[in-house]
Amino acid sequence: MPRLRQAYTPHPVVDQSAAHLRGYIEGNDAISGRPFMQEVLEGLTSPLEDADITGLSFERTTPRFVEPDTEENLQRLFEENRWTDMLPIVLPTEERVAAMLRGTSHPPDKIVGRLRPTVFREAWEFDVEKVAVNAVMAGARPEYLPVILALASSGVTARSSSTTSFATIPVINGPIRNELGMNTGIGVMGPYNHANATIGRAYGLLSQNLQGGSVPNETYMGSQGNWYAYTALIPEAEERSPWQPLHVQQGYKPTDSIANLFFGGWYTHAGYGPRATWKEKMRHALAAVEQYSPPLFVMDPIVARGFVELGFDTKEKLIAWLADNALLTAREYWDNQSIQLLRPKAVAGIEPYASRLKAAPDDVIKIYEPSEIHIVVAGGETQGAWKMISGALRGTASIDAWR
Amino acid sequence: MTQRITVHDPRGYAPKVVGKRLAPRLSALDGKTIYLVDCLFDNTDVFIEQLRQWFAEHLPAVNTRIARPEKTWSDDEKMRAAIAADGDAAILAVGL
Repeated sequence: MPRLRQAYTPHPVVDQSAAHLRGYIEGNDAISGRPFMQEVLEGLTSPLEDADITGLSFERTTPRFVEPDTEENLQRLFEENRWTDMLPIVLPTEERVAAMLRGTSHPPDKIVGRLRPTVFREAWEFDVEKVAVNAVMAGARPEYLPVILALASSGVTARSSSTTSFATIPVINGPIRNELGMNTGIGVMGPYNHANATIGRAYGLLSQNLQGGSVPNETYMGSQGNWYAYTALIPEAEERSPWQPLHVQQGYKPTDSIANLFFGGWYTHAGYGPRATWKEKMRHALAAVEQYSPPLFVMDPIVARGFVELGFDTKEKLIAWLADNALLTAREYWDNQSIQLLRPKAVAGIEPYASRLKAAPDDVIKIYEPSEIHIVVAGGETQGAWKMISGALRGTASIDAWR
Repeated sequence: MTQRITVHDPRGYAPKVVGKRLAPRLSALDGKTIYLVDCLFDNTDVFIEQLRQWFAEHLPAVNTRIARPEKTWSDDEKMRAAIAADGDAAILAVGL
């Protein structure tokens, strides 16, 4: 079989000194155990084999069923194959999957989309039936399937392989929230609603299984992992919000049912209010987060109404204030690890990064564009609470298209 | 006796593998120009510089040049063309 010549350093490269990295170069390959530079030099000079010259093409198949076995053994098989989130799953029997498929009008063999754990990897494809299989495993009900299909169709994985341990948080808008009895109130982000819990879980399971895996040290490299990855889903409390819902802000009709995919879940900051010192609190919070991942604010309706009383009668007005007050010195901004990924854009003259790079080290710069900041209203009004969660909007998907 | 049941396989479909011919290898490195391509992840510039220094110290007859794509995580066709035009080989740093 042809083999691309590769050599592997240990992790991590980030935050390591030049001397430490030199040690990687003079040490052994992390996979083969042979000297790293020997692997590099042989990769450049060792003669090719016949297979390297001719290449090799082949198909890979995934069976529709696994070998029949007892329930106990199948639960173990799914766990050992890392097809689960390490919690017990509902086994996807033919009958259960057939029942799940009645939740959509689309045929089982219709291609839904493609997913992959990171941009460097191949994207795997999947059909409606494969999504339904994962929906069964998560404990979802057939009527949830259009939402789960929409999430699967988005092209945004909930199982990124990034060393930063991202999760993906769906925000659901439109009539589907009430049709499925989703919770937008007390405990909206907790384990208190069947649709919220199982749809979020299904999105995680389908992501890992339909993209070709999420296996530590192979297809998952998140250093600390992420609890949002077990299940995360926020239906917006549109009826109790003083502002436009998120999907209407983006040009959809109020009657459209939409899934919004926020890639992040990296940090979570919380607060009350707006109290007398809310401006200081927000400035501190915005300056404290990892600035590579912009904030998704989740505000209890009490907080939203409080901001309306302060004159922020639209989300856009408050977002403009937040963008104007998300400030750092250029030195702090450009010292951030992940911001290094933006440096090539700045060097290439792409705004706003170019202006941020031109700033003197002690100049104070704005770190977010208004378009990067989002606000969602959700909560049970037992507390004037808000959360600021890492979340970049990576895509939206129509739920109605999968009914 | 415990009942045996049939369940679906939950995995998606992997794409077809399309083989490509590998580029010819060099018989020797002396006098050759090797590009060291930085992937632009945090601190990879430090790693690539250490790699350049390793060649300078251990294989001084090898010419090394550091190359960087225009943006992180993108295929820079101009950079590839430049390497193909006057390079003999390239070592590509890949992150994640």
